[in-house]
Amino acid sequence: MSPKKHDRILLAHGGGGRLSDELIRRHILPKLKNDTLAELADSAKLNLTSNEICFTTDSYVVKPLFFNGGDIGKLAVCGTVNDLAVAGARPVALTLSLIIEEGLEFELLEKILTSIAQTAKESNVEIVTGDTKTVEAGAADKIFINTAGIGVRLAGVDLGCEKIVAGDKIIVNGTLGDHGLAIISQRKGIEFESQLQSDCASLAGLTCELLEKTSGIKFMRDPTRGGLAATLNEISRSAELSIEINETEIPVNPTARAAADMLGFDVLAIANEGKVVVVASAESADDCLSICRNHPLGADACIIGQVVQTRDIPTVELITRIGGRRIVQMPYGRELPRIC
Amino acid sequence: MIEAACAKLGRQINVMEVCGTHTVAIFRSGIKSILPEGLKLLSGPGCPVCVTDQSYIDTVLQLAGRDDCIIATYGDMIRVPGKGGSLETKQSKAGVKVVLSSEDALQLARDNPEKKIVFVAVGFETTTPATAVAVMEAAEQGIDNFYILSSHKLVVPAMRALLSAKNNNIDAFLCPGHVSVITGYGVFREIVDDFKRPCVVAGFEAMQIIEGLAEICRQLVAGRPELKSMYSAVVTEQGNTAAQGIVAKCFEPADGYWRGLGKIEKSTLRLREKYSKFDAFKQFNITETPGKEATGCRCGEVLCGLIDPPQCGLFATSCTPDDPVGACMVSTEGACSAWFKYGRKEKREQ
Repeated sequence: MSPKKHDRILLAHGGGGRLSDELIRRHILPKLKNDTLAELADSAKLNLTSNEICFTTDSYVVKPLFFNGGDIGKLAVCGTVNDLAVAGARPVALTLSLIIEEGLEFELLEKILTSIAQTAKESNVEIVTGDTKTVEAGAADKIFINTAGIGVRLAGVDLGCEKIVAGDKIIVNGTLGDHGLAIISQRKGIEFESQLQSDCASLAGLTCELLEKTSGIKFMRDPTRGGLAATLNEISRSAELSIEINETEIPVNPTARAAADMLGFDVLAIANEGKVVVVASAESADDCLSICRNHPLGADACIIGQVVQTRDIPTVELITRIGGRRIVQMPYGRELPRIC
Repeated sequence: MIEAACAKLGRQINVMEVCGTHTVAIFRSGIKSILPEGLKLLSGPGCPVCVTDQSYIDTVLQLAGRDDCIIATYGDMIRVPGKGGSLETKQSKAGVKVVLSSEDALQLARDNPEKKIVFVAVGFETTTPATAVAVMEAAEQGIDNFYILSSHKLVVPAMRALLSAKNNNIDAFLCPGHVSVITGYGVFREIVDDFKRPCVVAGFEAMQIIEGLAEICRQLVAGRPELKSMYSAVVTEQGNTAAQGIVAKCFEPADGYWRGLGKIEKSTLRLREKYSKFDAFKQFNITETPGKEATGCRCGEVLCGLIDPPQCGLFATSCTPDDPVGACMVSTEGACSAWFKYGRKEKREQ
């Protein structure tokens, strides 16, 4: 007798019994299948090529679940892959934990799982183990996802803010603010003539190429929540050096700029999900830039500024379009909840 | 041009902007850092949240505490501290809803017929027409659980009050582009005529602001104050007469309290008698009294251009955007907030 087909998640799907088994075997495994996962063991066994590993985790609560340019599934893979990538690692394996609200349509879950599978494949990582929990209606908002990731550090690569010196260049691989503005405008039901699209993408291909083909990269970080402003402030504080960026060099999609102005946001403080900030020596900056520009995720890459000696306290300063100067502060982080 | 003017006048020139959007634009574009030292920009009473008197905030908080009321407010008001907290701290009780427009507030009234919806109506001439439309709509549709707590302000009476103060140091006004779209730039003529101060309307791009400042300098050097709009693509002398008509139908000017400026004659808009059933002041028996600011807070002096925010002892120490004491630190358009965010000062959050 074939099991009864449900069109929505029930609490019992997380109960560890027959329904849980059905959820995993009928819905999750076929999408994500690989040899390690198929064992359904309590732990995944991995054969890594080196013991220089990077390990990270992130949770995803984005609202809405589906947005222009991505969805929570794609985000859950890219976000964790990118955290490994910017640490100088080649991502190998991810875990996947789903916290599902009772009542979620299976159709939506299938779409999210398909997206997870496709993004993992494109990022060259496998989902090797996972967990599924269900909570009663109202205790979560449709679905929350946690992924943890493990990656192997590229040979000879050792990134850190302590390596940064005055004169190093700051490079970004493309337009800033697209993800946050796509989400927020969709949430507020605002439509722009040329639609805003999240930049959600897996950066591992680009970062590995940068690290393998150049030798001057000091540090990398993906400017997610808090945007470029938060990332540069973190770098400046850790390196105990100041940073100057040029407004005219910072790539921003005109629609995103208009949206940010209209909604009262500073585009520098808006989240990105497919961008990397690279700090590279002055000698290697041009090579980095050309690698970026020849990569599908870096066509709009720019050198946006440089690291400079600190006058009093480490500060990030913007040289504005008219040649004025102003501070770029660490954003407060209250403006945009549930952006990823 | 600006440098030459400063040199020629041989004294400090103080130009006040009276629009929060100008304040933010000036800081964000770093204009202050490229102006000659002799030209000082003062941020005047241009941010709606900042100028709203403390007693009004306390009244809103009091209403928020009532079980039969829902407070509908624009987002930037919810963090202003008052007696016993802020609307944000009361928000969890569902008695406070953030709305994006007066229309949203009216919808709340339709959706919650058992509750009294009080719309926190603050703002200058730019936001008043939307409030007026909501009131007229409520009247037409017979919605009787919708109330307006109007603290809508008029810009010109505040400018007059500033210039009438003995200790004022304002040489000219950079006039607000947004307000002028509604009122027309003609409303500033009385400032030029009565107080002999240049009034120049400017847009919000950095270059438009600089052009406005250059025009002010030209007038000061020539010794002939004029009324001029540098924002002619959008602003006319008469403004939006249709919007003015709607406002006049619903509201009439009354004396009102301002933070820092005190009571100013005919500076606040009150609902006309015809619409008194929507007037929260009347329906909830609220009498306005002058408010008292938090101890040590110098928002009032900041709003009058008498001090720069860092001269306040609370600035960036016990008053920060995360934990504000005064209204000028709460609103993103406030002078203290802009100064804190964009100004190069050692005295700021680390």
